Amino acid sequence: MKRQQRESRVHERYLRHSKKFPNVWCAGCGIGIVLGAIIRAVDGLQLDKNDIALLSGIGCTGRMPVYVDFNTMHTTHGRALAFATGLKIVRPEMKVIVVMGDGDALAIGGNHFIHAARRNIGLTAIVVNNFTYGMTGGQYSPTTPIGAQAATAPYGHIEQPFPIAELSVAAGAAFVARSTVYHVQELENYIAQAITKDGFAVVEAVSYCHTTIGRINRWGTAPDMMRALKERSVTLKRAEEMSEEEKQDKIVRGVFVDRDIPEYTRLYDHIIEQAQREAA
Amino acid sequence: MTAGPTARLVQGDEACAEGAIAAGCRFFAGYPITPATEIAKALARRLPQVGGKFIQMEDEIGSIAAVIGAAVGGAKAMTATSGPGFSLMQENIGYAAMAEIPCVVVDVQRLGPSTGRPTSPSQGDVMQARWGTHGDHPIIALSPSSVRETFDLTAQAFNFAERYRTPVIVLMDEVIGHMRERVELPDPATIERVERPGTTVPPEWYKPFENFSGDVPPLVPFGEGYRYHVTGLHHDERGYPTARLDEIQPWLERIFRKIDSSLSDVLLYDHDGVTDAETLVIAYGATARAARSAVDVARERGRKVGFLKLKTIWPFAEEVVEHAAARLHRVVVPELNRGQLALEVERVVGRHKVRRINRADGEMIQPAEILATIEEWAR
Repeated sequence: MKRQQRESRVHERYLRHSKKFPNVWCAGCGIGIVLGAIIRAVDGLQLDKNDIALLSGIGCTGRMPVYVDFNTMHTTHGRALAFATGLKIVRPEMKVIVVMGDGDALAIGGNHFIHAARRNIGLTAIVVNNFTYGMTGGQYSPTTPIGAQAATAPYGHIEQPFPIAELSVAAGAAFVARSTVYHVQELENYIAQAITKDGFAVVEAVSYCHTTIGRINRWGTAPDMMRALKERSVTLKRAEEMSEEEKQDKIVRGVFVDRDIPEYTRLYDHIIEQAQREAA
Repeated sequence: MTAGPTARLVQGDEACAEGAIAAGCRFFAGYPITPATEIAKALARRLPQVGGKFIQMEDEIGSIAAVIGAAVGGAKAMTATSGPGFSLMQENIGYAAMAEIPCVVVDVQRLGPSTGRPTSPSQGDVMQARWGTHGDHPIIALSPSSVRETFDLTAQAFNFAERYRTPVIVLMDEVIGHMRERVELPDPATIERVERPGTTVPPEWYKPFENFSGDVPPLVPFGEGYRYHVTGLHHDERGYPTARLDEIQPWLERIFRKIDSSLSDVLLYDHDGVTDAETLVIAYGATARAARSAVDVARERGRKVGFLKLKTIWPFAEEVVEHAAARLHRVVVPELNRGQLALEVERVVGRHKVRRINRADGEMIQPAEILATIEEWAR
């Protein structure tokens, strides 16, 4: 209870008070939980709001920045990381956080996602993975499981899903973690680590959409789907002891990689030094 | 342009890069594409020398996005591309118009549609520069016709972008981009530089999209204590999404008014021999060079020919054209497309007065073709 009280006060200090409420999300949605985790992570790190930029693309997750009292930017579909790249390069001292849905980050924005990771630019990318396009009504996304029905897969989905965390590791991100909106404190910790990381840091926040793809597949109510996140998830450590078959339906949580790679804007500072030395 | 002792051989694309730096450009994001690649190549070397930043993005969509992000961070920012890349950038150009983010987009036009012929000149993107992105929006587009003018207009594009908080298109073409001329580029210190105005109000009063205190509210960069929201949605004065007509309508009026009420500043053009002319030639970009030559020869032959070279393509200089053509019955519009700016000229002066000269096959319009039209009509 005490913790709850403290947290509600934290939110009051970070949410914008004029005009924007109620929010656009359905009752029971996990996106607000991710926003709460971001706010508590920022508060825990004692960062100055002026030094934080929160950017998003399009979709339900794309609506997150407008509610928060940071420098916020709601960009175009899939392009938030590219906008953030320009901002970070000219304002390297800022903490630039990008929130995206699974469709935003990995379908229309997939190219920017892998290249931001490869480039290792110091952005924090938080992907809220609800396995569908919620705002447009439950179409299949790059993470929709095979066999699931979707608004655009009435006969069942036949494409393989992207594993976001594993993809991020392969693309070269410096820090990659996955948690769920059930494991709120763990999620908050991972987001804090990602914000602190000097390099491209990805946190996959597994969520759900009970009003679109959840309803179509009769996956149950929001509490049912929340319970499933708890029951289906295993830690990375436990997953290592499991067979591929056992892992099949599991959500593996943990820090997938935390490595030191030179960060892009710092490397570019050397380019400037070199160019100016040679020109002189 | 007379060339003095410090003159050197400069390519149009290089002049574009130098004009940008002279105007204060300190961020460039781009993707390789013929015939605009030389701009990126020049800026990759030049920008870090002046403390600026260059990045080659994964595509043109990311390039314009990074440019807008950098501009929100306070940098004067530019990208450069050609037709195919310009098409890819359209959505985010609309974002910059909607969110009123100053930036410069250079399109070195090549023959299209599609991949077309990458090294052949064209003026086929005139209408794309105006209406390429979806939805109604104001835009400024400038078109240089020489290497020196490329330097000047690129610098001017930054000044317009900052003064009016708008994306500005520099519509070059393959001839101007790849051509080398012996020119004297001005000392950057002598170039007019419009800096983004700051605000005098405290952060809690700041409205980045304010409608009622001048048409161009100041844009404070991110990170300077003025926390606000930027979106491509229709928004209120603080930048928050809105569906209220009493908030959308004043905004819509303002973003058009901010440019429409400043035409005396925005419309750049050269003209000569218009007052006693019997025929008027209106041209822009590379075609203006052929037109100039045709006009000179026609005058030597005793023809009364006026010449109007438009440097600002958008907004279209309708009053200038209307005035210049008022007494005339013959207006010649040569351009490297099937007639794009001619549509505007016809709208203003009436289509029976206009004779189009068009090529859209990758070859230049020769002075002789323009001269023949002038003569044929005068007969």
